[in-house]
Amino acid sequence: MKKIINQPSQVVDEMLKGFVYANDERVERVPETSVIVRKDKKKGEVALVSGGGSGHEPAHAGFVGDGMLTAAVSGEVFTSPSPDQVLEGIKAADQGAGVLLIIKNYTGDVMNFEMAKELAEAEGIEVEQLVVDDDIAVEDSTHTAGRRGVAGTVIVHKMLGAAAKRGLSLKEVKELGDKLVPNIKSIGVAMTAATVPEVGKPGFTLEENEMEYGVGIHSEPGYHRTSIKSSSEIATELVGKLKDAFEFGDNEHYGLLVNGLGATPLMEQYIFAHDVEKQLEHEPIKIEFKKVGNLMTSLDMNGVSLTLVKLQDDWADLWYDPVHVTDW
Amino acid sequence: MLTVENTKAWLLRFAEKVEANKAHLSDLDSVIGDGDHGNNMARGIKAMQEALESKEASDPADVLKNASMALLSKIGGASGPLYGSAFLDMSKQAKEDASDVSAIFRAGLSGIQKRGKAEPGEKTMVDVWHPVIKALESGELTTDTITDAVEATKPLKATKGRASYLGERSIGELDPGAVSSSYLFEAWLEGED
Ligand SMILES: Nc1ncnc2c1ncn2[C@@H]1O[C@H](COP(=O)(O)OP(=O)(O)O)[C@@H](O)[C@H]1O
Ligand SMILES: [Mg+2]
Repeated sequence: MKKIINQPSQVVDEMLKGFVYANDERVERVPETSVIVRKDKKKGEVALVSGGGSGHEPAHAGFVGDGMLTAAVSGEVFTSPSPDQVLEGIKAADQGAGVLLIIKNYTGDVMNFEMAKELAEAEGIEVEQLVVDDDIAVEDSTHTAGRRGVAGTVIVHKMLGAAAKRGLSLKEVKELGDKLVPNIKSIGVAMTAATVPEVGKPGFTLEENEMEYGVGIHSEPGYHRTSIKSSSEIATELVGKLKDAFEFGDNEHYGLLVNGLGATPLMEQYIFAHDVEKQLEHEPIKIEFKKVGNLMTSLDMNGVSLTLVKLQDDWADLWYDPVHVTDW
Repeated sequence: MLTVENTKAWLLRFAEKVEANKAHLSDLDSVIGDGDHGNNMARGIKAMQEALESKEASDPADVLKNASMALLSKIGGASGPLYGSAFLDMSKQAKEDASDVSAIFRAGLSGIQKRGKAEPGEKTMVDVWHPVIKALESGELTTDTITDAVEATKPLKATKGRASYLGERSIGELDPGAVSSSYLFEAWLEGED
């Protein structure tokens, strides 16, 4: 394992210290916690709190600020934060109009955030929760814990952050979220697995000439392992999966994310984005907005994911609303 | 009958077992999960040991409550809320009646199921708690019951938690949470003889 760290057990605390050092004009850390909260809180605005295991940077602390998240709670690497930490996040974020928790669909995250919600409600804070499950690599059936939450979560942060800033109530923001989430779908591919510092070796092994479709952001297994393919072939596969999942129709409008998983150079992400563009030229849909970059990573995983969101109403406007966060 | 002393001694034996098997638990979790169960549990039981040593407890329910709070705030992941809920509900039951140990464990299981919604057979820690409590209720709990329950998770297909993403590929492996739960019951049995 080659990493620029000190003690593997201290990586989260030290990362948060560095993050605050670099961005202290915008954010602060709630003392004795792993909560990053925006400094310029807006009284009367619905607060958005997200988080989860660390290792997905810039998610989620990089999206704390005006127009996106009010606070982010970081757990240990790939491990959900505990209810008391999330509760601290809720208390720090509340601006008097209630708090929406945005949770990626993993058993641990859902249970810890739910317990925090119960604790916060007992303290008189109004809390709603929204579970994001955009990863179509996983079948959504009673035989699994359901689809995982991955890069599409960032779209939820952006659009609901804009909605909250526009002054929607907690109930309205939550309703918008309930409408938005089923319209977001993602699918990824990995060339290598991530190495968790405390573990010291990759979560799984792919040979030099292998890659795997559908891998999760904590190295959960995917749906197909194969020999390395070109960017264009990968785009064909991933766009194909999304096309089947959405059943593209005439005149539908979409937004698009190409997300780097941590160790894939931007050069390759742009090459892949271009291949996605070529694939989509054959489709009847219109792409309203796109974004390329490292948004929801998996430590040093080499790979990309592709997310589409099917747009309705004024969702594209929400995407373009101004935002002041560290990593947009 | 739970007392402050035997409850503390039991939980400290549990802590020792988890600490000694930290790497084993993480190895099991890296096969069908994400490889953190040993680290998660070790972090939790360290906080639990500190709480047991530093916090006043006037009855066994207090001991269990202190343990619950420490586990809940330090384990994280899926097993944090599950062990936290189990200990919290065991504490509530012990407050009612500290003499009926199987009722206390039964309350712990119902805490796990309320939080995680798993039924027996889904390849989770429930598959150890459930048969162990049944055996305890009929006065037949031995270390073999516990070992057999753990082994019986092998052929199961996971349908809850992270391991469920593996589907068929989870068959043939032990469930890490079932193994960590077995330490809790083994530690309990060791105090019985
Ligand atoms: N819904 C559930 N009900 C009961 N136990 C569960 C459930 N989901 C997961 N578990 C238990 O949690 C264990 C995994 O714990 P851990 O690795 O610490 O958390 P995570 O899965 O978040 O990484 C599993 O082996 C299983 O026994
Ligand atoms: Mg795990």
